Amino acid sequence: MSSFEYHRPTSVADAVAALGGGDEATVVAGGMTLLPTIKQRLADPSDLVDLSGVGEMKGISEEGGAIVIGAMTTHGEVASNPVVQAKIPALASLAGNIGDPQVRNRGTIGGSVANNDPAACYPAGLMAMNATVHTNKRAIPVDDFFTGMFETALEEGELVTKVSVPVPDKAAYIKFPQPASRYALVGVAVAQTGGAARVAVTGAGQDGVFRVADAEAALSGSFSPDALDGVSVDADGLNSDLHGSAAYRASLVMTLAKRAVAAANG
Amino acid sequence: MTKMTVGQPIKRVEDKRFLTGRGKYTDDINRPGQTYAYIVRSPHAHAKINGINKAAAEAMPGVHAVFTGDDTKDLGGIPCGWQVHSKDGTPMAEPRHPMLAEGKARHVGDPVAMVVADTREQARAAAEALEIDYQELPAVSDTGSALGDGQPLVHDDVSSNLCYDWIIGEEADADAAIAKAHHVTEIDLVNNRLVANPMEPRAAIGEFDESTGEYTLHTTSQNPHVIRLLMGAFVLSIPEHKLRVVAPDVGGGFGSKIYHYAEEALVTWASAKVGRPIKWTADRSEAFISDAHGRDHVSHAKLAMDENGKFLALKVETTANMGAYLSTFAPCVPTYLYATLLAGVYTTPIVFANVKAVFTNTVPVDAYRGAGRPEATYLLERIVEKAAREMGLAQDELRRRNFIPADAFPYQTPVALQYDSGDYLATMEKAIELSNYESFEDRRQEAASRGKLRGIGFSTYVEACGIAPSAVVGSLGARAGLYECGQVRVHPTGSVTVFTGTHSHGQGHETTFAQLVADKLGIPMENVEISHGDTNKIPFGMGTYGSRSLAVGGVAIDRALDKVVAKAKKIAAHLMEASEADIEFENGEFRVAGTDKTTAFGDVALTAYVPHNYPIEELEPGLEETAFFDPLNFSYPGGCHICEVEIDPETGVTEVVGMTAVDDFGRIINPMIVHGQVHGGLAQGIGQALLESCVYDESGQLVTGSYMDYTMPRADNLPSYTVDDHCVPAAHNPLGVKGCGEVGAIGSPPSVINAVLDALNPLGVRDISMPATPMKVWQAIQDAKMSQAAD
Amino acid sequence: MASVSMTVNGKSVSGDVAPNTLLVDFLRENLRLTGTHVGCDTSQCGACVIHVNGKSVKACTMLAVQAEGADVTTIEGLANGDQLHPMQEAFREHHGLQCGFCTPGMVMSAVDLANTIDNPDEKTIRHWLEGNICRCTGYHNIVKAIEAGSKAMQAGKQAAD
Repeated sequence: MSSFEYHRPTSVADAVAALGGGDEATVVAGGMTLLPTIKQRLADPSDLVDLSGVGEMKGISEEGGAIVIGAMTTHGEVASNPVVQAKIPALASLAGNIGDPQVRNRGTIGGSVANNDPAACYPAGLMAMNATVHTNKRAIPVDDFFTGMFETALEEGELVTKVSVPVPDKAAYIKFPQPASRYALVGVAVAQTGGAARVAVTGAGQDGVFRVADAEAALSGSFSPDALDGVSVDADGLNSDLHGSAAYRASLVMTLAKRAVAAANG
Repeated sequence: MTKMTVGQPIKRVEDKRFLTGRGKYTDDINRPGQTYAYIVRSPHAHAKINGINKAAAEAMPGVHAVFTGDDTKDLGGIPCGWQVHSKDGTPMAEPRHPMLAEGKARHVGDPVAMVVADTREQARAAAEALEIDYQELPAVSDTGSALGDGQPLVHDDVSSNLCYDWIIGEEADADAAIAKAHHVTEIDLVNNRLVANPMEPRAAIGEFDESTGEYTLHTTSQNPHVIRLLMGAFVLSIPEHKLRVVAPDVGGGFGSKIYHYAEEALVTWASAKVGRPIKWTADRSEAFISDAHGRDHVSHAKLAMDENGKFLALKVETTANMGAYLSTFAPCVPTYLYATLLAGVYTTPIVFANVKAVFTNTVPVDAYRGAGRPEATYLLERIVEKAAREMGLAQDELRRRNFIPADAFPYQTPVALQYDSGDYLATMEKAIELSNYESFEDRRQEAASRGKLRGIGFSTYVEACGIAPSAVVGSLGARAGLYECGQVRVHPTGSVTVFTGTHSHGQGHETTFAQLVADKLGIPMENVEISHGDTNKIPFGMGTYGSRSLAVGGVAIDRALDKVVAKAKKIAAHLMEASEADIEFENGEFRVAGTDKTTAFGDVALTAYVPHNYPIEELEPGLEETAFFDPLNFSYPGGCHICEVEIDPETGVTEVVGMTAVDDFGRIINPMIVHGQVHGGLAQGIGQALLESCVYDESGQLVTGSYMDYTMPRADNLPSYTVDDHCVPAAHNPLGVKGCGEVGAIGSPPSVINAVLDALNPLGVRDISMPATPMKVWQAIQDAKMSQAAD
Repeated sequence: MASVSMTVNGKSVSGDVAPNTLLVDFLRENLRLTGTHVGCDTSQCGACVIHVNGKSVKACTMLAVQAEGADVTTIEGLANGDQLHPMQEAFREHHGLQCGFCTPGMVMSAVDLANTIDNPDEKTIRHWLEGNICRCTGYHNIVKAIEAGSKAMQAGKQAAD
């Protein structure tokens, strides 16, 4: 591994200050993506700012109809949290199926959303649930936050501090794992809030997570699997690789969407 | 009286150290003054190396030396241990396999340079500073097209990339039988390329003792004596008495740690140049581009039948990928370990096979668990499944009509082998019963009610293992003998150390062999130590592969024990003042027949080393014996594997819901260990059938170069297995044992694919290739829908 | 270099490490606790699983400096002297290991499972093992071992209560 300076600030302010210190400084949350990336020499940071000591970025609470999750909350903590389990079981289930237990014990929601891996689970779930990403500077609606593959609206010196997820009436997320890596080959999240449906897809899109307008329109009329009959996604523009052609992914999107709706309906 | 252990599921002796983290694997060993090697590998599938500038790398901190092909070109190449001849009698093409590329790199991962530095990080940093001027060349990676016109040549002096063009059987006879047959089933098959992936990556530590002139290599090997022989005699010219090879605990092999690899010779040779021990440990990405791969066949076959489905002839044409260079055993895998098994468990009177081995710009291909026999079994059991469908016969019925009957042994096949024993019908009947085959249709209907497609598939197989008969393998091109050595050292207090030339890297030899010793000598297993893996301790050995450890190595130990007992009887006779002929030995006690005069094994052992009262004029002191065993034939395990799957037609996901294996192991020493071996083989067989595939793109880049893209079977991919046995003792070794290590991987893949095809048959899907991934199954369903719509 | 202190298998340890030193390398090279293995470079095989503050983590995907002040348990710290931990004993009893290379990570992961979920069933166990690859056993006996080991741990807890 290439060498770097290591910092472990205890406040957001100190973290931001540390980030400004090195020319290629980067934050490490759980490190589940960053450390393998550095090991493979695909990243070469000058400074690593470890957020694990920042207490104000941890914890889960319920605030005015939304679940607010600190950025440094691990997937395991989200999955096992009684409030999340009670209010948004789909989110607990999503978090409980990210990676493996060891990843869930280290990986964080903040790291996942800031990285915006095109095959990650959280972006689809949060987009379907119309979450808001809070940073040290502002609150960003999720539709504006995820801007492309590994791209977000985050600016220099801006850190995700928490994620606020409005409690939906119904929601579900289904992941179809890429057989080798177990990342989402396709993952589909659906949510219904006050009659309006949102459908978000990860793994399939060349620009990362995306919403399926036709499916949302159909489900806003009737939130049932049958409502999706006749709805399809265009394979053009979807990812194609060894494990899934674009046509296969397009088919999976609709299959999983129907199953997710069925699961959300219970 | 000591309880007999043979046949009992004795818990493993070796487990405690592994369970407490006290195993000692090669990378766990550090030698004083140790430095670290980093191997610089070609990023190109095929490239001319115009020049290498070492200066910047040599100037990096901590660097001791940088070596390239210029430094090693006067040393031997990596040797191949088996020579196959083409049908016209010419020997196979055997191009030089340099340790470090000499002017040309021939596959992604081909070693080009080695950097030695004080730390791993320094070695790697210096490697990145090495300036290599590559000139990329067109590459060939695809097995089926390697021989085509205008393909790039992997070796300038090997025309058409052809290593050999080999046949077995009479082609004219096969053609004649096919021409007049009632029905001929034809099939095109690919046996997918695999990566063995033992969980411990390869590692090696070379060191040189200037005071004695002795080299020592610690390495992750299944056969340290073979490495000593190949590396010492052919690569580095170091005589055996100055070269020690140690294979300590080894974390799995599955074939990939049989071979002599360049890194072993490099660290050994360079340790003298640098004057410091040198350690090299592969990371997983490096393993993918440097460990020998497995399988990779493209075949076309025809099976001729009469009106009753009786097999008349089989004709097979196979192209086998050797990769860029010939690995240690590579040439024999698609010939003598493959085509000789094409009679399978059937009475097919005529079998002809033509195998063309080709070079490509890919990692060398060699034996991987099963080696040749899985390829033969896959071909046979796929074509038999297809033939049964075409003939309108049930899967089991067509097999019943063609099995070699139990009373026909020894059975001479038309392709050289003589099977010693077996009962294929009995293993199938038992598997049918255990798999609840009779009620399968109920389960199919129940699955259909849930929108799932359920299928069941058979595979009945025989394999040849216990790789030995030196005379036989020698006549077929082996450049070494394949006997095994066992040495039994009885210590003065009656405890015993056994030295075996086999090597345990998961097989549990420390337990199984100790059971043999304990029962034979009537002593507790705790008094027995099994030693393996060090050429300075073990007299000689050929190692562990080809399911040979018990059938060859175990018998060598048994023979040495016989010698020990024979000598001990002489000592006991002297002690009890009786005639040697009257001495009986049972339960660790020598007795004068028909009397109550006894003496214990321990007393005899002590007497051998404290010979105060001893027949010194007729007998040497000491109690230690060595035996070599070279059997007259292979051992032939066989059996039946039945797989049941459930497919989700919307996603293409195949779930293995049942896997039944009934195998013939001859005689079982430790059923727990034997069944454990079957479990592991089944997982690798299911892996090959559904998950694993090593893929190169047209430019020769490895697409599946890590666990991110190469699908390793994980716990949730696999079912619990139903494993049982039906044993007929082997005829060619005194223990009656057959191999067990590879049967799971040999028998199971076609049972899985046949089950998938059975499930998809109602949709009109007639063929699918391994691995039957979700996308492939989904695509096959779409294609069948399209073609039915077109009809 | 950075200095780092932590508790490993109940003992306080400290050392000077480069900040980029992985925890697994600190354990294997600095502390010579070589039971924790490295089987891949993509954080998937799980041969390096240890416990940090009671939770299983992959020691190849964590820096030594990130374990500052932590309570670390490796496979070497699981047994009570000569007496194997119930999970280790279950692996021995059920032949849940062959070559032994994946075993330390497998056992450490299994102990975390048993601590997290009472009496896990086969499906739960197989799902939990997503991050632990074994090439030898086909998982059959590992699953049986973990079922039995979890029960034994449960019984041990009840006996202690």
